[in-house]
Amino acid sequence: MTIAGLGPERGEARRQPPPVVLLGAALLVAGGVALPLAFLVLEAAQVGWGELSPVLFRHLTAVLLWNSVRLTFAVTVLCALIGVAAAWCTERTDLPWRRFWTVALVIPLAMPDFVLGYSWISLDPSFHGYWGSVVVMTLGSYPLVYLPVAAAMRVADPALEDVARGLGLGRVRAFWRVTLHQIRPALVGGSLLVSLILLAEFGTFEILGFQTFTTEIYSENQIGFNTPAACALSLVLVLLGLVILTAEASARGQRSAARGGALGRPPGRATLGSWAAPALLGLLTLLGLAIGVPLAALAYWFVEGSSSTLPPTSVFRDAISTVGFSATAAAVATAAAVPVALLVERHRIRVGIVLERSTYLVPALPGLVVALSLVYFTEHYLFQLYHTTFELVFAYAIMFFPLALIAVRAGVAQAPRGLEEVARSLGHGRASVLLRVTLPILAPALVAGFALVFLSASTELTATLILVPTGVTTLATGFWNYTSDFAYGAAAPYALALVLVAVIPGALLGRWFERIAGSRPT
Amino acid sequence: MSARRLPFVVVPVVLLAAAAAFALSQGSGGSGLMLYSGQHPETVNALVSAFERQSGIKVSVRSDDEDVLAAQIVQEGARSPADVFLTENSPPLEELQQRGLLVAVRASTLAKTPARYSSPQRDWVGVSARVSVLVYNTRDLTPSQLPGSVMDLADTRWRGKLALAPTETDFQPIVTAVAARYGDPATVKWLEALRKNAAGHIYPDNETIVAQVNSGQAELGVINHYYWYRLRDEIGPAKIHSAEHLFADGDAGYVIDVSGAGILASSRHRAAAQMFLAFLVSHRGQEILAHSESYEYPLSSGVQTAKALYPFDKLHPDPITISELGDGQHAITLMRQASLL
Repeated sequence: MTIAGLGPERGEARRQPPPVVLLGAALLVAGGVALPLAFLVLEAAQVGWGELSPVLFRHLTAVLLWNSVRLTFAVTVLCALIGVAAAWCTERTDLPWRRFWTVALVIPLAMPDFVLGYSWISLDPSFHGYWGSVVVMTLGSYPLVYLPVAAAMRVADPALEDVARGLGLGRVRAFWRVTLHQIRPALVGGSLLVSLILLAEFGTFEILGFQTFTTEIYSENQIGFNTPAACALSLVLVLLGLVILTAEASARGQRSAARGGALGRPPGRATLGSWAAPALLGLLTLLGLAIGVPLAALAYWFVEGSSSTLPPTSVFRDAISTVGFSATAAAVATAAAVPVALLVERHRIRVGIVLERSTYLVPALPGLVVALSLVYFTEHYLFQLYHTTFELVFAYAIMFFPLALIAVRAGVAQAPRGLEEVARSLGHGRASVLLRVTLPILAPALVAGFALVFLSASTELTATLILVPTGVTTLATGFWNYTSDFAYGAAAPYALALVLVAVIPGALLGRWFERIAGSRPT
Repeated sequence: MSARRLPFVVVPVVLLAAAAAFALSQGSGGSGLMLYSGQHPETVNALVSAFERQSGIKVSVRSDDEDVLAAQIVQEGARSPADVFLTENSPPLEELQQRGLLVAVRASTLAKTPARYSSPQRDWVGVSARVSVLVYNTRDLTPSQLPGSVMDLADTRWRGKLALAPTETDFQPIVTAVAARYGDPATVKWLEALRKNAAGHIYPDNETIVAQVNSGQAELGVINHYYWYRLRDEIGPAKIHSAEHLFADGDAGYVIDVSGAGILASSRHRAAAQMFLAFLVSHRGQEILAHSESYEYPLSSGVQTAKALYPFDKLHPDPITISELGDGQHAITLMRQASLL
């Protein structure tokens, strides 16, 4: 989706019917990912309309709807602006220390949003409510726009822009009419992801005291054990997600801009001149707010908080648990993304496309709902798996599957199909081609998918609280337990460890986008 | 496959193997006790490790909000892995009691705690207690300006100044007490007035109320007393700009909240579970509470708190009983009617 627009359009190629194994695997994956949706419908249907309508049609629902919509709108727009501006600076200007910025600008993705929220509000208690939430979510989410847009800018054919300028358009108007069109799929895809994730975000809004559908779903489930009401409200979220997906489909346009030649030269760079200082200052401020403030707050509480009397071994042990769960989930999700990506990119059949699009509804579901659905299914059908590592890993894999899919799809779109055909013609079977040609070509994309899922899973909070095996603490739940208990000093090491764990995959991701953007489709 | 690409395959495979090996090694532990705890983890950890040392019985703890855990136990039903449920308030225990999910606590354990702070049906035992109080910002308000009754918080002069955490389980007992004394219609009107006064200061929990009142974002709020002490401990007395204030004697806002523990009917370790409950109310267990940073009142074995608090026997709360506080569902209904939830 996000970066799929990077690849050349392949509509012209002849489509072969997909192998049964591939179709079966993809359907199995989609079935797994759709479990939470099935649970929502089951649960809501169980209590019936009579009980759901008072929950849905009340004053509070309108307030929540308005809150969710205005927040999603503002943050998405801000992320789009910041993402495009930052990408333009690093990709299309002679900004100093470019290589540093391309990696550093991705790091805020590794900063859990609730850690960001906590650090701001612990330093300045007036930092709450709508604007606090807008600022925090923007700072934590803009890389989701920056990454694909920067990649798109790098591979966009500069010839079009040159032609536009040759025809007398100024730099600004050429950007507006040509470049923006070229990066549109990436921009729209990134914004889509931001808005879907916002719908489901819980921890940050809880910390900053901003009521959204998701915080209310949490309360409904918590107060009076009202799971059906929570499910009814979640269905509204699913509808909102559908609206966003539809809007995305129409906003991204039918076709992406075509490339003139296979091997374009790198785009020209604008000379910043005296604008270099303000641009550097802007990026520095951005990173200061997104990374500097939380690190400063954590350091402050680490030193000042009276409750920092933890045995450091527990943080270390919890870090190991976190890495173990997240890495397993990342591997599962990435592996599951391969058949779906192959089906969608290589055999553009309608089932595959519908299937792929529907998985993007999952990020709009609160972690709580995914967790409850797994609790429901394990309790009814597989109690041996209840509160086991398997259940938690499965939840992560479901929740973050779309992220893996985005990365893997982009990889498949860019992989030259010809190589596989050559291998087939040389007598290799399907499995052999997959192992010896397709997967090695996809390796960088697989690493990126792995890193994206790992990052998200390592900071996951709400589903973890419910599903984690008893006696095990992850960094996120440890942090949460202590902050919701005033023990800021005790919480700080957990947040620091979380950031450390996330930095490596964050940097890997930044590197991958360098690579994918650097290697042009041949 | 070129050598350059090799790491991209080998690294994930090695990572995956390591992660899977680790993941499989994580288990919830078969033997020993399973404790579902809605109490503050620091206190629980201290109690659990003391019990483990004394008894040699291993205890696994699952920490979450007490209402989430209660819902989980109900959903898990007869297969619940939990042996003991320890809460911050009585309503979640009463909820389970009414559903027949608890078994009777040993009489010798119940005898350690005054009967009015334990389950009327003898299905759970009171362990510690807190009292609901006003917290106010000392730069904005003086004690003489403070309301004597929780009912006065409906006054329009508190508009934009009141902080409220309606989703906190700690708030439900107050609503129940108000409803018991003034009736449902008056309670709903009162709640609606509170909602208007607290517009912009509706918070998720008591911790946020204290922090925001202390920093002057809001002027006053209703909390359980210990949150203020815990904030003072964490940020230091120099940064405290707030104080606590008791409501007038017998006021409906002046409620004792009891933290208790019960044994699940589905438990397969009932004997060990009874030992754990006995430990909680024993002199040793209560001493841990009395000296802990949780600032709760020990309820049993005649132990007094070692921390500077209003003496427990000098409190004059609303005389509402545990069974009148019930499972909190009525309070939730009233808050829904007032659009607070």
